[in-house]
Amino acid sequence: MLDALVIARLQFASTTIFHYFFVPISIGLALLIAIMQTIYYFKGEDVYKRMAKFWGVLFLINFAVGVVTGILQEFQFGMNWSTYSRFVGDVFGPSLAIEALAAFFLESTFLGIWVFGWDRLSKRVHLISIWLVSFGTVLSAFWILSANSFMQNPVGFEQVDGRAQMTSISEILLNPHLWSQFPHVLLTSIATGAFLVAGISAYKMVKKENLDMFVRSFKISITLGAVVVFLTLFTGHLQAQYIVEAQPMKLAAAEAQWDTSGDPAPFTLVANIDTDKKENTLSLELPYLLSFFAYDEFSGSLEGLNQIQERYEKEYGPGNYIPPVKTLFWSFRAMVGSGSVMILLGLYGIYALRKDKILEKTLYLKVMIVAIALPFIANSTGWIMTEMGRQPFVVFGLMKTEDAISPSVTAGEMLFSLIAFNLMYAVLAAVSIYLYVRHIKKTDFDELPTPEDSKDPFDQKEAKGGANIGS
Amino acid sequence: MDLNQLWYLLIAVLFVGFFVLEGFDFGVGTVAKFLGKNNQERRVYINTIGPYWDANEVWLITAGGAMFAAFPHWYATMFSGFYIPLVFMLLVLILRGVAFEFRGQIDHIKWRKTWDWGIFIGSIVPPVLWGVVLANFMIGMPIDADMEMQTGFLFFLNPFALLGGIMFLSLTTTHGLQFLTLRTTGDMQERARKVGRTIAPITLVLVLGFAIWAMIKTDIFVYHGTAWIILPLLAWVALLLSSILNVKRKDKMAFTLTSMTIILLISSVFIGMYPRVLISSISDANSLTIYNAASGAYTLKLMSYFSLALLPFVLGYTAWSYYIFRKRITKDDELEY
Repeated sequence: MLDALVIARLQFASTTIFHYFFVPISIGLALLIAIMQTIYYFKGEDVYKRMAKFWGVLFLINFAVGVVTGILQEFQFGMNWSTYSRFVGDVFGPSLAIEALAAFFLESTFLGIWVFGWDRLSKRVHLISIWLVSFGTVLSAFWILSANSFMQNPVGFEQVDGRAQMTSISEILLNPHLWSQFPHVLLTSIATGAFLVAGISAYKMVKKENLDMFVRSFKISITLGAVVVFLTLFTGHLQAQYIVEAQPMKLAAAEAQWDTSGDPAPFTLVANIDTDKKENTLSLELPYLLSFFAYDEFSGSLEGLNQIQERYEKEYGPGNYIPPVKTLFWSFRAMVGSGSVMILLGLYGIYALRKDKILEKTLYLKVMIVAIALPFIANSTGWIMTEMGRQPFVVFGLMKTEDAISPSVTAGEMLFSLIAFNLMYAVLAAVSIYLYVRHIKKTDFDELPTPEDSKDPFDQKEAKGGANIGS
Repeated sequence: MDLNQLWYLLIAVLFVGFFVLEGFDFGVGTVAKFLGKNNQERRVYINTIGPYWDANEVWLITAGGAMFAAFPHWYATMFSGFYIPLVFMLLVLILRGVAFEFRGQIDHIKWRKTWDWGIFIGSIVPPVLWGVVLANFMIGMPIDADMEMQTGFLFFLNPFALLGGIMFLSLTTTHGLQFLTLRTTGDMQERARKVGRTIAPITLVLVLGFAIWAMIKTDIFVYHGTAWIILPLLAWVALLLSSILNVKRKDKMAFTLTSMTIILLISSVFIGMYPRVLISSISDANSLTIYNAASGAYTLKLMSYFSLALLPFVLGYTAWSYYIFRKRITKDDELEY
């Protein structure tokens, strides 16, 4: 029988990872749709309106799943982690409450207005509504990350009667962890949406369908995608530098650095890690690089896992403070590797566009279809590294994960909910993918579920004409 | 009024708002499948709540977040204590949310019927579960000195709570039918009115029965003095008047009155609980109150500022969104779902 702690952690991991398939798409797609509609607003070309509507359908499917899994994300703290909730509610709860109040209402209300308002609102108000949706998604990310940052690097509180009580909201909002994490999450989310749009557009370009819409979509998305994914190099780098200071254990584990490195420290490209013997039996290293990643200069050594373990034992009492090294090591490499490939693909896309040869590069376009998966790999492994690298703590240095779960919930109940929700996720994933593929394969955009087209004869003519150009 | 009282009030307002708003869209979801004779009609019914149901659900999410922030022990005890009912509630809310969105994606009869079932199940189960949860709130739960609630699933399903569940489902159905009368036209409107008229007496009996049983079984309605019994009484009178006005085709008034019924009924529960947030059936000393379950003064004050700054905007654009889509929905309209 699995014990409650393992089940609760599996539940948290599966919900977070599943939820986080949809969240970055929402953030990225909302921005891209807002950009397309802005072009439509200023240029008045009908094709941009059809683009906004086409991607809007994907956005809606995605948003619905993101919202409903988000409810569980919020409520599972109380359900599975009641001891944690009692301990940090004072500091952690406000972020969630303000997120709902400031962001969720904004997103859901203006999304409703956007979807149902195509012909009931002025073009300007309708455009503002999609920008407000986009703003809402970003705001939501900021507040939830302020909560996560407290778990990673608790600040702005004092302990009263065994509970953390907030003493300063400014410290919480200026948490250096938040400001190292938020830009990275925001940029990678935009990149996720951009690579999704670029990949789907690439598919249509290979098929030579509706080229008027999809070449334009590809241009906008690959340009935005290349820029943001290039910037993640810097935000990721800043984050690593911050983690060296704040959570050295996390970085040491991501590097499988068992003992304090020499100076300058080499970057381990791949290694055969033996967690029992606490050593790497085989490793391929690049000199100087780790020092550079950590300190921006080609010198400086990095503290090893064993040394940090000794230090933590003195500070926090006996116990194992080394997180799962293999998982972190390979997650880190999967994240950086995916990101690097995305940078190359983005740059090449811009190059091909500038040379006006994009439609001839079928191999590249086919690779772009597969590359839709890259940001998801990077996002998931990034979060796995962030969250597992914090173990054994749930709130770093303050509370261990094993002390955080609900004492009144049985392992059986948790197992039931774990299975029920994961079955639900599987169904949701299957249906969403099915709907995505189905929508993408459409070529006749009169069939878009926006019956406004059938109502306005003038509009209908335009839509038909537009679709014919591509097909 | 101190900050703890203010936050209890705000959370009560969020729950009342949630039940009034999501109440009618639960009701619409419950009847749409049967009231609509064909796909087109079902679409019209579902589209009356199209722009709203998602934002309505945010009231619950916000209430949850506010509980977590202002009364962490309330949040922790309730969500871990009502574990299994919550699992079911969340499962069906997930089903419901995606059903709305998925339904209109494919124009195929089997596909639509599948998601019609999703909307139906997702709209009938939550009101029943909320009724069960609220009724258990009223009679109290076995909360020990560590604020932990040790119960199995069957505990929640006592006869009083079951009546609460059925009563609440009946109430949201009536409320939803009244909303449809307000938002549709012609034949479809008449059908909603007719079914509303048929269900109204059942709802009246159930609400009255529940109130009387609650009087016998709990002290909720008279905890602060017998004068407060006026609230559930007024709730019932409002329901009665609304069913009369339904017949007289005063739809706006009738809908306002079913909303009042929910407001008064839920308010009377929150007033009767006060200053307790969760009543312990083991010992009064174990009850969670707005003081022993609360966050520190700093958090409460901070949250107050944020809410005061944000709430006017939220209420403003919510009202505006209802204003934009105030037109009745007909078969010739743009239908999204």
